[in-house]
Amino acid sequence: MFGFRRHAVYRAAAFAGALTNTIFGVLRAYVLIALWHARPGLAGYDVADAVTFCFLTQAFIGPMQVFGGALDLAGRVRTGDVALDLLRPASLQLWTLADDLGRAAYLFIVRSVPPVLIGAALFGVTFPAHASGWAWFLVSMILGVVVSFGLRYLLAMATCWIVDDRGLLQLSLVMTTFFSGMVLPLNLMPGWFGTFTRALPWSAMVQVPADVYLGKTDVAGALAFQAMWAAVLLAAGALVTRSARRKVVIQGG
Amino acid sequence: MGEVLGMARSYVLLAATWIRAAAQYPASMIMITAGSFVVTGLDLAAIAVIFVHTGSLGGFTLPEVMFLYGTAGVSFALADMLFGNVDKLGQHVRAGTFDTMLIRPVSPFVQMAVDRFAFQRVGRVLQAATVLAIALAQLHVPWQRAWMIPLMVLCGIVLFTALWTFGGALQFLLTEAPEIANAFTYGGGQLTQYPLSVYGGELVRAVTFIVPLAFVNWQPGLYVLDRPDPLGLPYWLRFAGPVAALTLACAAAWAWRAGLRRYRSTGS
Repeated sequence: MFGFRRHAVYRAAAFAGALTNTIFGVLRAYVLIALWHARPGLAGYDVADAVTFCFLTQAFIGPMQVFGGALDLAGRVRTGDVALDLLRPASLQLWTLADDLGRAAYLFIVRSVPPVLIGAALFGVTFPAHASGWAWFLVSMILGVVVSFGLRYLLAMATCWIVDDRGLLQLSLVMTTFFSGMVLPLNLMPGWFGTFTRALPWSAMVQVPADVYLGKTDVAGALAFQAMWAAVLLAAGALVTRSARRKVVIQGG
Repeated sequence: MGEVLGMARSYVLLAATWIRAAAQYPASMIMITAGSFVVTGLDLAAIAVIFVHTGSLGGFTLPEVMFLYGTAGVSFALADMLFGNVDKLGQHVRAGTFDTMLIRPVSPFVQMAVDRFAFQRVGRVLQAATVLAIALAQLHVPWQRAWMIPLMVLCGIVLFTALWTFGGALQFLLTEAPEIANAFTYGGGQLTQYPLSVYGGELVRAVTFIVPLAFVNWQPGLYVLDRPDPLGLPYWLRFAGPVAALTLACAAAWAWRAGLRRYRSTGS
């Protein structure tokens, strides 16, 4: 809740972000439409699915920080404030997760809903047929945010060891935009490379929730895949937090 | 004229200073340069994957699309490297550092443009130039039409710079929302990566006659590739790039000056 309110202060920025997401959504939609007109039914999508996919991915940018936005935590590690956070009587990881979920909830409302609505008005997008489709999508979306958090948390904790995180952030940006399905749907990737990209954690952030929304995948399998990556990443995060705690002690606090 | 030369001289001096500062950390500098080469290469990977599935996009073949991508990319990356920082104006106004710039004896526009001059962004210029070179090697453009290529890159730089200046000038009014300007600058960069024939007719007319992005690579590119205009717009538009660039540049300069005159500091 605190995370939600903290980010709700920046209304103009969120509005500008939504506008930018929408404009990019329109540009990318045209490219995908051209591709699907040349090859109807490609990858099991029709034109309407491809357009929907495009606006959904734009909608995911804010809540899931697809462009690899760093957690505030990375800055706190650099300045050493993290030592204070580690002393608090709450788990550092869960505390940060709660804050991040609040942020995602707020950005979902202001930055995800408008692009999809405008996309629906301009090109027409498909909607899930049943209420259960919406419910599964919501679950999948939340799992996606948790996976995204898991990755960004590991990144932030890595700052404990490497101090300058700019190189890592850049690497993360490459991996996330390309392997999440943000640039192009992952089911367009040819052969074994496609299979490989769909098994990586990044696909749980964009490709899988979009497929759940479009009803193009087995829901139980998709959610299990996301939950598996969320659990693995959170567990890794917990391990890293423990060794970071020891490191801080060794340095004398 | 002397004034312009003076501005260029201070720009080069300040840029050299920033490069020297960045060169103090050579490993980081090389990594970031290589990184920006790879990151922008992803756009090209997307184009390559599209062409795995189809032989032509919007009626253009892979080398033709690469040509359009490369020319727009070089213009965009050079404009971004040289003047892209103008869109940080909002931050400087809020932090009060813009006031310090106003009292220095160098044009505030030059100071804004060169602030934190990032030589690392040359990685992106190289990437686009490489793509352009590969495309040209396959296209065999005759020299009678190839003269247009350097001219269109130059016009493209002016057009993108003018857009960035507009974006900066806008922030005199809207210090809170720099992202609005991004929609036009980075949006323009994204738009020109693909042949405009993939976009809707309304959008193409808008970027021809309102925000003249069509003159970055589309209209002159049609001339170089010797292709008919899918929208049937007049032939002479292909040579209108310099006029469009000059008009937009004058409008942007006017907007910047108007914004600067209106500026009243943030106060305390």
